Amino acid sequence: MKPFKLDWLILPLLGIAVVLLAWQLSSKTWAKELPSPSKTWDASKDYVLKPFEKRGEMDQGILRFTWYSLVLVAKGYAIALIVGTPIGFFLGLSKAFTKTFDPIIQVLRPVSPLAWLPLGLVLFLGAGKQASELGALFTIAICAMWPTVLNTAVGVRAVPQDYLNVAKVLQLSRWKTLTKVLIPATLPYMFTGFRLSLGIAWLVIVAAEMLTGRPGVGGFLWQEYNALLYEHIILCIITIGVVGFVLDRLMSLVESRFKTA
Amino acid sequence: MSPHVDLSNLAKVYATPKGPAVIVKDFNLKIAKGEFVTLIGHSGCGKSTVLSMLAGLSDITEGAIVLGGKELVGAGPDRGVVFQSPSLLPWYTAFENVMLGVEQVFFTASAEERREIVEYYLTVVGLGDSMHKRPAELSQGMRQRVGIARAFALKPKMLLLDEPFGMLDSLTRYELQAVLLKLWRENRITTLMVTHDVDEALYLSDRVVCMTDGPEAEVGDIIPVSFPRPRERQVVMDHPDYYPLRERLIEFLEIHAHKKKRAASTIPAAPATPLTEPLPTPATGTGVTLVTV
Repeated sequence: MKPFKLDWLILPLLGIAVVLLAWQLSSKTWAKELPSPSKTWDASKDYVLKPFEKRGEMDQGILRFTWYSLVLVAKGYAIALIVGTPIGFFLGLSKAFTKTFDPIIQVLRPVSPLAWLPLGLVLFLGAGKQASELGALFTIAICAMWPTVLNTAVGVRAVPQDYLNVAKVLQLSRWKTLTKVLIPATLPYMFTGFRLSLGIAWLVIVAAEMLTGRPGVGGFLWQEYNALLYEHIILCIITIGVVGFVLDRLMSLVESRFKTA
Repeated sequence: MSPHVDLSNLAKVYATPKGPAVIVKDFNLKIAKGEFVTLIGHSGCGKSTVLSMLAGLSDITEGAIVLGGKELVGAGPDRGVVFQSPSLLPWYTAFENVMLGVEQVFFTASAEERREIVEYYLTVVGLGDSMHKRPAELSQGMRQRVGIARAFALKPKMLLLDEPFGMLDSLTRYELQAVLLKLWRENRITTLMVTHDVDEALYLSDRVVCMTDGPEAEVGDIIPVSFPRPRERQVVMDHPDYYPLRERLIEFLEIHAHKKKRAASTIPAAPATPLTEPLPTPATGTGVTLVTV
């Protein structure tokens, strides 16, 4: 069959239709507690159609919640990059550093955000009101930094010997070698790491907000679960998914700019 | 007079799990100031290893290299290197790539003077119009022109060329050989070039150093090439010594390079026309000249 012209639009819509149908059927058959699509929409439209309204601490428009979450993610993500990139460079440049820290990194990397968060809260117990935010930031940063660390390290190791020879022959100082050769050569790898890190940071936010009860998409989701308002759980899931997708696309655009360089 | 460059008893040994691998052994070569010497040999014989020790990019296992009266330690911009691949930093323009080295060497010069140096050399290699392009926008031949400009712009004590034209098509190779020869004639920088192209060696150099095959590669034969300079490709090729020399080189590469050690030094003097014969003056303006230098 020849691909027809609108398949880029029709096929994804078809996919959505299939999922909606399965959802509808499920809610009518084996999962009676699951709100149907139309019921979900009815219960959610206030949040979607007035996305910036603030009716109360835990009763706000969905984009307002999203904004809170994004701000927290941005802070945690920034910490992850600021800490992770230099660690990646050290790993890439020094065999001794790699031998010293690689095992511990490999052990810490698979630890779930749910495990880190209590530790984060404990660490910042003394911070009073700020404790939940600092704990959340700690968790986001430590979970999200690994892709940046590892990709940067790979990128530094992959810098072509030709470029390093040029730096050697010209006797560039360490600083010049770093800024004029190593960093530009590593940028494409770094940005791959940055993109993957952002994805993880966004994953972690939900867990962090759920456990700390902070206003945001994740906090809202957990509150509505406790309030038995299941329609809003689905609204939150869709929102989290869409935002994550948009973030990834945006980072891909940035990344591809550096790929061609 | 002591030579400008003196490589004495040079050896390169790599430690491998199976024991030491001797790449180059007892390599001796003296190069006079302003001389153009070519190192020829089979791929993998260790000629690039010698060059890379001279460049300071590879440690010297044994022996020593003296350049301009001082023993070499490590790499430095007093040796201009042109690599086989142009090795330009892709995030910089041609201008910036050359400037990177010029800034290192002429750090006391004013920004204006440095700019002039960079522009001068890029113009001489024929990139006057494309100096602000990035390597990705340049053809392979143009990139290597930048590499040549970068090496000469450092005003180095010595020029090291590692098969600089190996990756180019033959027409571009001819053009770049001419550019190289012109710059060399104007600057008279002592040059050591590694190649496996016999014609290139004869066209460019004053002496061709033939290396025996590795392991334990060493100097097999040194052939003086005394075509009059300035050289024109067609004139060189029409010279009565050209084919005998070419034969001698090829014979070395085909037969003697493979023989071990002492055998190599017993090569008979092959040229049918001895080089001591008076050389005919080169004709200027031959209609068939491909490239005039």
